Amino acid sequence: MTDQTQSISSVAPAAKARAKSPFSLSRLPDAVTGWLLSLPLALVLFFFLVLPIAMIVVVSFWGATEFSIYPAFQFDNYEFLLTSPVTYQVFFNTVKYALITWAITLVIGFTVAYFLAFHVRTLTWQIILFLLCTIPFWTSNIIRMISWIPFLGRNGIANSTLISMGVIDEPLEWLLFSDFSVILAFVHLYTLFMVVPIFNTMMRIDRSLIEAAYDNGASGLQTLTNVIIPLTKPGIMIGSIFVVTLVMGDFITVRFMSGSQKANVGRLISNDIALLQYPSAAATAVILLITVLLVISILLRYVDIRKEL
Amino acid sequence: MEKRSRSFYVLATFFALFLVFLYGPTITIAILSFQGPQGGLTFPMRGVSLHWFRDLFEQQAVGDIWGSFSRSLTLGLMVMVTTVVVSVMGGLAFRKRFPGSGAIFYLIITSLVIPSILVSLGVGLIFSQSGLAVHWSTSGFGAQLTWTLPFGLLIMFAVFNRFDKSYEEAARDQGANAWQTVRYVVLPIIAPMLIGVALFGFTLSYDEFARTLLTAGSYNTLPLEIYGMTTNVTTPVIFALGTLTTAFSFGIIGLFLAIVVILNKRRSRHGSDAGKGMV
Repeated sequence: MTDQTQSISSVAPAAKARAKSPFSLSRLPDAVTGWLLSLPLALVLFFFLVLPIAMIVVVSFWGATEFSIYPAFQFDNYEFLLTSPVTYQVFFNTVKYALITWAITLVIGFTVAYFLAFHVRTLTWQIILFLLCTIPFWTSNIIRMISWIPFLGRNGIANSTLISMGVIDEPLEWLLFSDFSVILAFVHLYTLFMVVPIFNTMMRIDRSLIEAAYDNGASGLQTLTNVIIPLTKPGIMIGSIFVVTLVMGDFITVRFMSGSQKANVGRLISNDIALLQYPSAAATAVILLITVLLVISILLRYVDIRKEL
Repeated sequence: MEKRSRSFYVLATFFALFLVFLYGPTITIAILSFQGPQGGLTFPMRGVSLHWFRDLFEQQAVGDIWGSFSRSLTLGLMVMVTTVVVSVMGGLAFRKRFPGSGAIFYLIITSLVIPSILVSLGVGLIFSQSGLAVHWSTSGFGAQLTWTLPFGLLIMFAVFNRFDKSYEEAARDQGANAWQTVRYVVLPIIAPMLIGVALFGFTLSYDEFARTLLTAGSYNTLPLEIYGMTTNVTTPVIFALGTLTTAFSFGIIGLFLAIVVILNKRRSRHGSDAGKGMV
């Protein structure tokens, strides 16, 4: 609301009623109204986001014995972390999972969103098919991981089908508890985080732009690469932010789908936690957080989230 | 209507395969949960029975499933109500810029992208270091809000970006005060979207694992209980549990979607008396 409308409404009869009411938000300055309304939000974020992050940073300098942790200011945790070859290997693995999953979910997500936005003709069907893509998001990730077991196991559906088709003689061992199964699960869990924002941006593309491209003699492919993809970039960026951060911060998918045989940073943290080595876990968490925020700040250069909502 | 191009059929096939990929595994474990008593974790089916579902209802068989279910349900409802209320207030606040709104906005984005295990670890550390006991209804509740609130708020931001302010101006012109405008004009208009926020709030809480891991204390929520089972249960009972809880989720989703459809229908029936000559 602009100042202008406010000054108009202040001369309206409504003003009298408002002035009489004992509790009136509109009598307060805008800033105070904003603060009051966002107070619960700010409180939750302060106590359960800012404070925990601060706590992790503080504890990352603490020391630990086998059974307890004690306040200190030492760089031992970071020193150990940054000089250990395991750390670099695990970070490499984390980035590898993130990049591969990102590439696959982008291709699948873009194709699915493109089909929904440009090839499904009625809004009703668009909504129905879109909902079909998003419903799994509201169900349990753990159950969805568990549900791959009958497929990928040694005697699972994939192996027995391939054997009966004569493609292979012996069961493939790398289907379950491998990088393959980890990435498969990531793609399965997170592709819809690509579909939703890309579809959302595509639906807002002015259809006449596409007609104009055709009228000027562009082929379907040229329209796709010169018109649709550039206009879809904000959606692609938002989807990428979701997928990359979810994969980088994950520990449970890697643990479950690799049968504890593969590691990423999240698992490094959760292993330290299991051993009650909180300071060491906190130091790893700080490094992970810095990495994730760096990636996000790079991606955010290409998209203004507030504008896309 | 113009003829479908060949690329339509290619893309439609791709989409269909994507849906199979998305739902296939879930449907498979739904089938396998009806294994006979001798059956294993994969095909072939050795008979068809309700054996594994019956197992779930025998308390001693596997952990405290029903206790954890009722905790997850309660927590989900708590998170749902809080998410709706806080998101609506936040959405209203963010319609105007105010000092600090930019900072809060970036905190919301941070909350969305921060690895869940960090929230879990941080909240757990704060509680343990200040001598408080972690409990699903306190530390677990707060940790889950950091995941559900960003979704609720982003939905509300999107809703208010599209909100036609002339409705409010009309209400004010007719003498409504600020509270009356929100209560009788704004809230009814955004009601279907609030159902959406509620759906996010409940289901994301009901299924949350990582943020509850170190903040739930000695009483597990359902996802934690299920995860515990994966390490020591090797029978289809885990499929039966998975099928039941997924069916429950589908039921909840269906319920919320039905409410949205009904609200929209009622609105189109009662919303406008234009052209009906009711004057």
